[in-house]
Amino acid sequence: MVSATTETSAGRGAITVRLEPTRGFRRLIGPAELWRYRDVAVQMAVRDIKVRYRQTALGAAWAVLQPVGTMVVFTIFFGHVAKIGSQGVPYWQFSLAGAVPWAFFSNSLLLGSDSVARNAALVSKIYFPRIFIPTATLVAGLLDLAIAVAILLGSVLVAGVDPSARLLVLPLLVLIMFVGALGITAGLSAVNVRYRDVRYVVPFAVQLWLFATPIAYPSTLLGSPWRTLVALNPMAGVVEGFRWSVLGTAASPWNMIGISALSSLVLLAVGVLYFGRVERTFADLV
Amino acid sequence: MGDLAISARGLGKQYQLGLMRYGYHTLREGLVRAFRSRNGSQPGTHVLWALRDVSLDVRQGEVVGIIGHNGAGKSTLLKILSRITEPTEGYVDLRGRVGSLLEVGTGFHPELTGRENVYLNGSIIGMSRAEIRRRFDEIVAFAEIDRFLDTPVKRYSSGMSVRLAFAVAAHLEPEILLVDEVLAVGDAAFQRKSLGKMGEVANEGRTVLFVSHNLAIIRALCPRAVLLDHGGVVADGSTDAVLGQYLRALERSASTDLVERTDRNPRGWQQTKVAAVEVHTPEVGEAGIAISGAPATITVRLTEALPGIECRLTLVNSLAQPVATLSSEDVAPGDVRESSGNTVECRIDSLSLVPGRYRIDVLVRAQREIQDGLEAAAFFDVEPGVLGGRPVSAPSTSSEGDVAIAHTWRLPA
Repeated sequence: MVSATTETSAGRGAITVRLEPTRGFRRLIGPAELWRYRDVAVQMAVRDIKVRYRQTALGAAWAVLQPVGTMVVFTIFFGHVAKIGSQGVPYWQFSLAGAVPWAFFSNSLLLGSDSVARNAALVSKIYFPRIFIPTATLVAGLLDLAIAVAILLGSVLVAGVDPSARLLVLPLLVLIMFVGALGITAGLSAVNVRYRDVRYVVPFAVQLWLFATPIAYPSTLLGSPWRTLVALNPMAGVVEGFRWSVLGTAASPWNMIGISALSSLVLLAVGVLYFGRVERTFADLV
Repeated sequence: MGDLAISARGLGKQYQLGLMRYGYHTLREGLVRAFRSRNGSQPGTHVLWALRDVSLDVRQGEVVGIIGHNGAGKSTLLKILSRITEPTEGYVDLRGRVGSLLEVGTGFHPELTGRENVYLNGSIIGMSRAEIRRRFDEIVAFAEIDRFLDTPVKRYSSGMSVRLAFAVAAHLEPEILLVDEVLAVGDAAFQRKSLGKMGEVANEGRTVLFVSHNLAIIRALCPRAVLLDHGGVVADGSTDAVLGQYLRALERSASTDLVERTDRNPRGWQQTKVAAVEVHTPEVGEAGIAISGAPATITVRLTEALPGIECRLTLVNSLAQPVATLSSEDVAPGDVRESSGNTVECRIDSLSLVPGRYRIDVLVRAQREIQDGLEAAAFFDVEPGVLGGRPVSAPSTSSEGDVAIAHTWRLPA
């Protein structure tokens, strides 16, 4: 806990909490507070996973359909019609390796940016660290991602790609993506509480973002200064990393991964700090 | 803090009431406003103090009732104490774990089963997983839903889900418990059970803050009561004394001009407002007096006539327990709609209330939207009379009920 809502242990183990007005960053929630409410975080993630798989008729198939659908369309139009290069691997493998992480990222933004407003009933009735709301949405998405990654690995193995130790990098790439997505989602979901039209902007922004990310095309199409700049987009490094790790595309993209990781961390800091700063007003606004 | 569980000093909460075109702010408006405020003008906002300068000490183990009419600040106080919202000024020290039952069933998800919702809801209101597991059987038994434990809550009847939600909440074991109007759930038997459970909680030495409109429950559970009005504490002391003051204040507000009152239903659109409510009996010239078994007319005068007006009158006894609700929404063949005038008239052929003092709560809707609502819009006294040829006299104790029923007996000679 930080100074504003001070907690001290006093007699018989009772905790004294002082609630008073705070300004600026003084009411950021510390790790101890988050740990105390860990059960809420777990239960919310469990809820989001169960609901996601129970509500949709397609259930787990949805997790597969989205990246596979993207891959099919991209392969037909970018691979065969526009004949875009794919770094020496079959274009369908090339685009599937990009579409799988992208599906997680885009769903995180689409579902996460509206998450706090969607849980208005909870926010206005019960106290718990609000950051758990967007986090739970993202954690639930990890299950979809795991299924999609299994499909990706399975299909390229069947197609004759040899697995290698590079696959061990995948968890790191997922972490970079998760961190970046959480930063953006936390920020957007907080803005969306005050300005509800944000949720109309997000789908459009995600669409633009898709084409700004080297998913349909290889980042090598871009010249050297541009390639580095593109990596400021956290998904650029992640997508290139996925291809390298799963398909063994020639150049190891550590430059891009490093830049994307840094940019993810910056996004996380900005998003979570902003969220923490405005979270105290959520109950008055939703 | 000594043995104080709650200690508030100068607590205040201010709300900005902006004019929002869509019911919420939009980014576009926000940008426009940011641009305008640089030029110094900020149109369309005014502030409301929902709570102001509230100081309150509650000792550990005390059970305190919070009363006051709509908009008095009761819910805002509980929201601050449960950390949902921050005070604008002042501070409050809380000693011990706080649990709040601000609305039963908050956090229930319709797609999840009863079992899953017990865990979800339990953890959200502040129980640890281990705690829920330990008390799971108790919770399920209390809710009486064991057969439906693995059915999604969306298939539950509303009674079942409310029972389950209350059961989870009632098994929370915080040192300080904040309760807002949760007892008005379920059927009569379950309400009695809930009330018993709350009594148990109160006797276990936990600190309880209890908000309710039902003064009989407050009287039964809380030795001490706090009366809020317009965001401030106006009385704090023994429940009997504070209730007396509250009832007198209610009567005073009923005798003031109703249009001027500010404690209206917050969801009302107020395109038309309740201007006057009166009870008349043909044989009696004076308003506000009725006779058991005799006809009576309740008139509600509105400020405007709107199409599709519906009116709902709830008759409430002197302990703030509702006795009967008369609603124009349940249409009968004798109902008449007239094209002119802005007065609603409710005719009662034979008033089946025992002698005593009653109040009328009014809710007016037009085309299904709430227009206006007022609690204690009028008071009236019922005098002894005759119902079905039998005299109805004042009950000798409050346990005889409020309703008179026409009836006949067959007795052995």
